[in-house]
Amino acid sequence: MDSTRSVSVALAGSGGAGVMTAGNMLLEAAAHAGYYGLMTRTSGPQIRGGEAAAMLRISTFPTDGQDDRFQVLAAIDWQNVQRFAAELPLGPQSLVVGDPAQGEPPEVFLRSGARYIGLPLKQLAGKIPGAWPNMVALGFLAGLIGLPFESVEAAARKAMKKGLEPGIAAARQGFAEASTQQAFLLEKPTARGARWLITGNEAAGYGALRGGVRFVAAYPITPATELLEWLAPALTKIGGTLVQAEDELASINMALGASYGGVPALTATSGPGLALMIESLGLGVAAEVPVVVVDVMRTGPSTGIATKSEQADLNLALYGLHGDAPHIVVAPNSVSDCVAATEWAVGLAESLQVPAIVLSDQYFGQARAVVDVPAFRSKAFERVKAGSGQPYKRYAVTESGVSPMAIPGAPGMQYTADGLEHNEKGTPSSQAHDHLAQMDKRARKISRLDPGDAWASIEGEGETAVITFGSCTGPAREALLNKKIKLVSLRLLSPAQPERLKRALEGVKRVLVVEQNHSGQFLRYLRGEYDLPGEVRSLRRPGPLPFRPEEILKAL
Amino acid sequence: MNAPVTVTALQAKDFKSDYKPVWCPGCGDYSVLTGITKALAMLGLRPENVAVVSGIGCSSRIPAYTTCYGFHGVHGRSLPAATGLKAARPDLTVLVASGDGDGYSIGGNHFLHACRRNVDLTYIVMDNHVYGMTKGQPSPTTEPDWSSKLAPGGTGLREFHPLVIALASGANFIARGFSGDPNGLAALIAEAVRHPGFSFVEILSPCVTFRPEQREWKQAVHPAPVEPTDDPARAARRLMTDDGFNIGVLYKGDRPAFSGKTSEPLQSVEDLECQFRL
Repeated sequence: MDSTRSVSVALAGSGGAGVMTAGNMLLEAAAHAGYYGLMTRTSGPQIRGGEAAAMLRISTFPTDGQDDRFQVLAAIDWQNVQRFAAELPLGPQSLVVGDPAQGEPPEVFLRSGARYIGLPLKQLAGKIPGAWPNMVALGFLAGLIGLPFESVEAAARKAMKKGLEPGIAAARQGFAEASTQQAFLLEKPTARGARWLITGNEAAGYGALRGGVRFVAAYPITPATELLEWLAPALTKIGGTLVQAEDELASINMALGASYGGVPALTATSGPGLALMIESLGLGVAAEVPVVVVDVMRTGPSTGIATKSEQADLNLALYGLHGDAPHIVVAPNSVSDCVAATEWAVGLAESLQVPAIVLSDQYFGQARAVVDVPAFRSKAFERVKAGSGQPYKRYAVTESGVSPMAIPGAPGMQYTADGLEHNEKGTPSSQAHDHLAQMDKRARKISRLDPGDAWASIEGEGETAVITFGSCTGPAREALLNKKIKLVSLRLLSPAQPERLKRALEGVKRVLVVEQNHSGQFLRYLRGEYDLPGEVRSLRRPGPLPFRPEEILKAL
Repeated sequence: MNAPVTVTALQAKDFKSDYKPVWCPGCGDYSVLTGITKALAMLGLRPENVAVVSGIGCSSRIPAYTTCYGFHGVHGRSLPAATGLKAARPDLTVLVASGDGDGYSIGGNHFLHACRRNVDLTYIVMDNHVYGMTKGQPSPTTEPDWSSKLAPGGTGLREFHPLVIALASGANFIARGFSGDPNGLAALIAEAVRHPGFSFVEILSPCVTFRPEQREWKQAVHPAPVEPTDDPARAARRLMTDDGFNIGVLYKGDRPAFSGKTSEPLQSVEDLECQFRL
């Protein structure tokens, strides 16, 4: 990417050096100046402290993908920072900035041909009582990319509770040092209208509440914990309830219980937790109890790499349930889309009385991005609730497949929600005709779903198409910029939409399927559900490293 | 959501549905069903305001045999489902039905945390020391020398002591009942429902099919010789030295019940947006 439209900078250092604080302020400053931006983070295995890096991309256009290389890598110190080398690709045009007092940068960073300059961060900070080197680095980086100092000051005022004045003075020192450098000046910002600063986890939480969720069961798991932690005070403010469960078996069942009681319910987890919830999601299908699970995917199998992203829970989300269990799977395809996709998933679950899984991932969940105010779903979805009418048949076979649902408290409508196969009244039945009728009904309500345009994001035109989903969408979009190549990013993964994809791929002769997992789960899914035209190729690899546009371009 | 106010007093039979239970003739669970329906009538509740939540097993079939709202979920997870329901709908009376396999084995972890969380639920466990639905395997309360196909010669494992565990985990009300006395059961269950917080009622409910020797429980049970205590230390001593056949309320605590909902709405959902705005 042309560095006048997008600059990627990383700030690294050991625990306590304040790289995350400075990184967040740099993002705030960029937002204040009118730019878009994104910050992801990486850290060592320690629970607290340890080396860390804030990785930022500041741009004149909205993006939540990573660029091919970082233009700037700055470090407060170099202790163990070489561990992040694979996450911090540099090139001959890149600049490495370090404090000479902390020694030379690790060889791995200079091998790229990047230019190294020393900046006495500690010495400069030392001149100002109460100031820290990270603020010097902040000022330097802001100056290097051409942010006005007033934006740095505004960000510092917003973020710092103590040491504000020395902090600003230190940042000013760093800012002044940057003026002597050959800089990476960004074009003037082009952002128009209102923007938000939000993480994917916050976005999913907010989307859930917009969709009507008022009960959340929570069991902590990286990287979904922040979603639950965001929801806890938010639910308090809007009069909802959050219960911390003893495990994921409990959290999904608490959500089902609340939803059975008429309150839209959600839980959020990651792969290991989703695996534990799967049996009970089948109960949600059979008993027709709406529920939403946000799976913030991380690297698997097993504990995997808990803090890193991968799109490898697709099979589990689509096919993990025992028996034939039609349900909804939705995947947001940007940080800001986590709002609309989750809101949509709640609406689909509620209106179809079925579990919905939202496949977010660690990349979205923990990335903090400056985004245009997200689009919301305008259409309201609600549960079809049973009024009066005797005799009440909870699982009445209807044309749509959706049967009115009685909510406890409604007199004369009592029924037992059951995971046992049942007849229309809900009475357990082992009769072949009841099983078939209920299987047909449950399949029908899903297959009749009309997602409108929301099923996929389709961009560009061409005889070649890239088909992808989730967090691969950003880098794919960027790779295809100004190319005659079509991008199809699926948002509705279940139920599949073969007719819609067929129309979207009219005239397409070659397809590249891009996904971040080892076995090509998405490719297999596409081959199973869709007729892909012409030559089909696969670009797939596991996490933890995010795709970068160059990698996708090379595969085309 | 609330039912219209009605003054007609309901009787136990009004809480019994017309479904024919799957239980064997002579099963103790019939009397537990009677005990529950009598208790609900005694409490003057309406069936639409009561939910009966269960997991899997013989005892867990109870919800559909009542005229209340029922939730027959997955094996071992009745307590979490009931917790979610009660936290979301504190206006409902929520009973939870389970057995020794469902409640103490696969659902054992939830038992600890339900006691600890102290949600206002009444947890009724029909204990017959055997997995009946799967035709006779040892459960956590089975005697170590009880021989079965799955564990010939016995498991050799010490029995689980649900009442002691309930006390140690913080249950607010602990009682033991016997299915041979439906009127006594009804009084016990009614008291458990009235008591705030998590009430645990363990019911000795014989399995005449796989444990026919349990017919003798009728002779073994006796009313607890002492009044219920609110002192956990005294209760612990009693429960630890208990012969397993003391019937009655054994512990009544005064811990405040869990309250999930912290406030009425202060803000609209849209108001939450201000934290994201630049």
